[in-house]
Amino acid sequence: MTAPAVTFCDRCGDSLTQGDHASCTAARRLEPPRYCPQCRRRMKVQVVPTGWTATCVEHGDTHS
Amino acid sequence: MPEIIDRARAQVLADGAGLDEAGVLEVLRLPDDDLPELLQLAHDVRMRWCGPEVEVEGIVSLKTGGCPEDCHFCSQSGLFTSPVRAVWLDIPALVEAARQTAATGATEFCIVAAVRGPDQRLMDQMREGVKAIREAVDIQVAASLGMLTQAQVDELVEMGVHRYNHNLETCRSFFPNVVSTHSWEERFSTLEMVRASGMEVCCGGILGLGETIEQRAEFAGQLAQLDPHEVPLNFLNPRPGTPLGDRAVVDGKDALRAIAAFRLALPKTILRYAGGREITLGDLGTRDGLLGGINAVIVGNYLTTLGRPATADLDLLAELKMPVKALSATL
Ligand code: SF4
Ligand SMILES: [Zn+2]
Ligand SMILES: [Zn+2]
Repeated sequence: MTAPAVTFCDRCGDSLTQGDHASCTAARRLEPPRYCPQCRRRMKVQVVPTGWTATCVEHGDTHS
Repeated sequence: MPEIIDRARAQVLADGAGLDEAGVLEVLRLPDDDLPELLQLAHDVRMRWCGPEVEVEGIVSLKTGGCPEDCHFCSQSGLFTSPVRAVWLDIPALVEAARQTAATGATEFCIVAAVRGPDQRLMDQMREGVKAIREAVDIQVAASLGMLTQAQVDELVEMGVHRYNHNLETCRSFFPNVVSTHSWEERFSTLEMVRASGMEVCCGGILGLGETIEQRAEFAGQLAQLDPHEVPLNFLNPRPGTPLGDRAVVDGKDALRAIAAFRLALPKTILRYAGGREITLGDLGTRDGLLGGINAVIVGNYLTTLGRPATADLDLLAELKMPVKALSATL
């Protein structure tokens, strides 16, 4: 089995091979992901005091 | 020593009478060189009139995103191209969030919804959620659900919600620059109903929306007139896709001056660090604010963004010898 391809920035949704995502990476320290890194769909994100869950309708859940 | 600091020492520290708008403006205009002395005075005022305890709170979003209002700072408005999607938290997860909040030693748990005001579905969720929390967790429940009708105010009281948050966000004169879908006065009328109901009034706002220093002073004066039990102070964290997404964050020294100024306007109020402190002040500034008038914190994450780990704040409070307010002290 191969690991799923991470193609998109999970903060801005743009392609990781295009543009600079350093500011996205920095911002992500204080933000949950918003876009699915595999398909760039906007995810449903629930933040709670101690963590977060992000759900892509196609690729499932990720947790903090 | 600047005259305003002497005046504040005599009036606010000695007598507990807050500065008026003009006094706050003088404080906000103090040069950086006077900042240490200003913060020390604000800290002395807090210790004298509020004591060393710090009130710790956790907040959670019961209904995220998809709001019909257009508050220009907010990533949860459905009117902007924000990446935040609408989502509801279920009751078991709400109770679990309250349990984890209580485990930090927090005495307050605030349930928030991104709405203009509650509809029946939200009130039903609140009734079920508050009941479930009160049965399972030792913590006070607060709520922030937008603008209320009198019947909704009465319902929240009956559920056992002890404090209601409704921020005026900014001063009256600047508000129309930030929100066009409702007025400052509409927000104010909800606050009046909350006050009359006996629930504690929690009302603050966000600094760095583009308001002038004069308008920041105006806001402090208007809050002082309202005299809320608690004032949460947020600093703008510019959110992608919102009209204020490209604004610069508040300068750290300006943020500290504002914290001290708001304390001098509101000597007896719970003044809480809320969103944006991490990017505006960082770790060092967080400490400075706690030694400059702040006496309450939101621990852990916010509604759509993340905060410092609760342990980082709790360790800092222990180091500063500031005890966390106990639940018994709030009942
Ligand atoms: S009413 Fe609240 S949730 Fe809705 S846009 Fe304004 S601040 Fe955001
Ligand atoms: Zn990016
Ligand atoms: Zn996906």
